[in-house]
Amino acid sequence: MTRLLAALLGRLPIGWLQLTHNRGRMIAALAGVAFANVLVLVQLGILGALNGTVAIAYAPFEADIFISSSDANTLTDGSPLSRRVLFRALSDPQVEAAAPLYLANVDWTRHDGSIATMIVYGLPVEAQAFAGSFIREALPSLAMPDTALIDRGTRAADSEALSRVSPEAPLQFEVNGRTITATGNFDLGGSFSADGSLAVSDQTFLRLFPSRISGTPSHILVDVSDGAESTAVVARLAERLSPEPVKVRTLETAKADDLTYQLTQRPTGVIFGFSVAMAVVIGLVIVYQVLSTDVADHLSEYATFKAMGYPHRFFLGIVLEESVVLGLIGFLPGLIVAVGLYQFVAGLTGLPIEMTIARATSVFSGTILACAASGTFAARRLRAADPAELF
Amino acid sequence: MSPIVVECLNHWFGAGEVRKQAIYDVSLEVDRGSLTILMGPSGSGKTTLLTLMGCLREVQDGSVRLFGAELKGAGIQTLEAMRRRLGFIFQAHNLHESLTARQNVLAGLQVHGRGDPARHNVAVEHMLRLVGLGDRIDYLPGNLSGGQKQRVAIARALVSNPEVVFADEPTAALDHDSGMAVVRMLKTLGQERGTTTVMVTHDNRILDLADRIMTLEDGRIVGDQRKTP
Ligand SMILES: Nc1ncnc2c1ncn2[C@@H]1O[C@H](COP(=O)(O)OP(=O)(O)OP(=O)(O)O)[C@@H](O)[C@H]1O
Ligand SMILES: [Mg+2]
Repeated sequence: MTRLLAALLGRLPIGWLQLTHNRGRMIAALAGVAFANVLVLVQLGILGALNGTVAIAYAPFEADIFISSSDANTLTDGSPLSRRVLFRALSDPQVEAAAPLYLANVDWTRHDGSIATMIVYGLPVEAQAFAGSFIREALPSLAMPDTALIDRGTRAADSEALSRVSPEAPLQFEVNGRTITATGNFDLGGSFSADGSLAVSDQTFLRLFPSRISGTPSHILVDVSDGAESTAVVARLAERLSPEPVKVRTLETAKADDLTYQLTQRPTGVIFGFSVAMAVVIGLVIVYQVLSTDVADHLSEYATFKAMGYPHRFFLGIVLEESVVLGLIGFLPGLIVAVGLYQFVAGLTGLPIEMTIARATSVFSGTILACAASGTFAARRLRAADPAELF
Repeated sequence: MSPIVVECLNHWFGAGEVRKQAIYDVSLEVDRGSLTILMGPSGSGKTTLLTLMGCLREVQDGSVRLFGAELKGAGIQTLEAMRRRLGFIFQAHNLHESLTARQNVLAGLQVHGRGDPARHNVAVEHMLRLVGLGDRIDYLPGNLSGGQKQRVAIARALVSNPEVVFADEPTAALDHDSGMAVVRMLKTLGQERGTTTVMVTHDNRILDLADRIMTLEDGRIVGDQRKTP
């Protein structure tokens, strides 16, 4: 290792030799770096889960354009729309198709008697084009009144049993005072606001929620015709529908707005963002502490080198060398612990907490950058002082 | 031409109320290839003068010329280039604890650039053998005695054939015998290589070896004896 580094650097790998000379101190430094990594990765993971649950909530349907009530911030918090909006949207020449999307929460009693909050997605059975891939095939079968597809990822549910639900082995249960028969299943999982999902036809939805019987959709899904520009159609629809209390956005924009709203306006999101900021600050403090202690410990040795005529960039090279070594070796245990904690929290909450390559690499390069910056900052004392002052 | 010329050098420590002068109007020239010994009571300014001449401390007032170049007001690059032409042996050995004897000495060569590793290695081993550490080449400083460490420091200072060597009480940490051995070694190596050596010492027994003995008191030169060969 020393030989390799010496060949690579064209000089003695003093950073490496220094670190490995004192094993105890190196392990402490590595533990500090690893801990900083775990802290930041876990907080980012929880924040990422919020991102993931938003993506999940939008997964059961597909569309180019999404029309919502003007007071809607998330999927479930807006007022119902008038069906008139649907017909008006359809009259646009570049609108290929449109369908109502019905959404509401319902309580479902799990196998163990506990209550789960389920989001019910209601779609017309003929609107297969608007259904997410995992319910598209089964959607026509939901034409049978009071049938549903159930989310086998529902938090704390018996997912084994739910995954066996099929037309041949249906599952009957009661919600909102009606008996519903599940004839299939899909895998979505819970979010911060619900434990799982149900997919039903629009007719079944309206029977489950009599207050919506007048046929007021939660949102309207619109597909534009081939070759039409979604954003242009959005602008035109917004104008066409202007007297109605609606907002017209592409589905992508709606999803992004929803996430932004959850991150900035909802307590959970704000707290998660704050925790990430705290974790980054604490991580930086730890890394700075590690590197500045290291520089201070070797100050008189560096002063000797300075007296011998080594330039300042030589010391920056040593600090950088140590940063890369600590960042590299400290990252791996940090990553392993973080992934373990992800699995633990995911198992506990059913939230989609997963390590992404982008997150791992950015935390990794952030660590090395923070190490290098801290070391450079700690070495500034060395730059200013006469060697004779440092012995 | 004298490698070291000092003219009207004054130096102060501290600022404001606690400002205290440590060097008063010192002028001297050192002959090439000579061994000059600086003596004087503790606190008389020997280390201060040595570090001023050795580019380790900024010159405040007066003039220090090393190899003809003025140090007062010199830029960091000039100072670094000058430092590379010197060998400095400190009172404490100041070896790098994580580097072996070989690596410590090698650091004295690598300061001049990459160079050929094989040639470096030969030079390092030769130097360590010269100071009598041929059998301790790959020892860490922690496993060497005080005298051995000081000899590694000497090897490090001399390995790149510096034109001038400054030594600040190189024998202070050593017992009498190894102290004498270290000084004799410096003297012979200096003679062989034509090195100019300036050494601070309290040890009277070393004086016989000197070409010139200067005495410092309260920051002033109060004695200057040359030995006529
Ligand atoms: N870094 C410093 N800051 C303030 N005063 C200093 C500093 N270094 C030395 N001095 C003062 O300058 C004077 C000369 O010190 P110097 O170290 O040069 O003496 P010295 O002759 O080397 O002594 P010794 O034989 O004890 O090593 C002393 O009075 C000392 O207190
Ligand atoms: Mg002294």
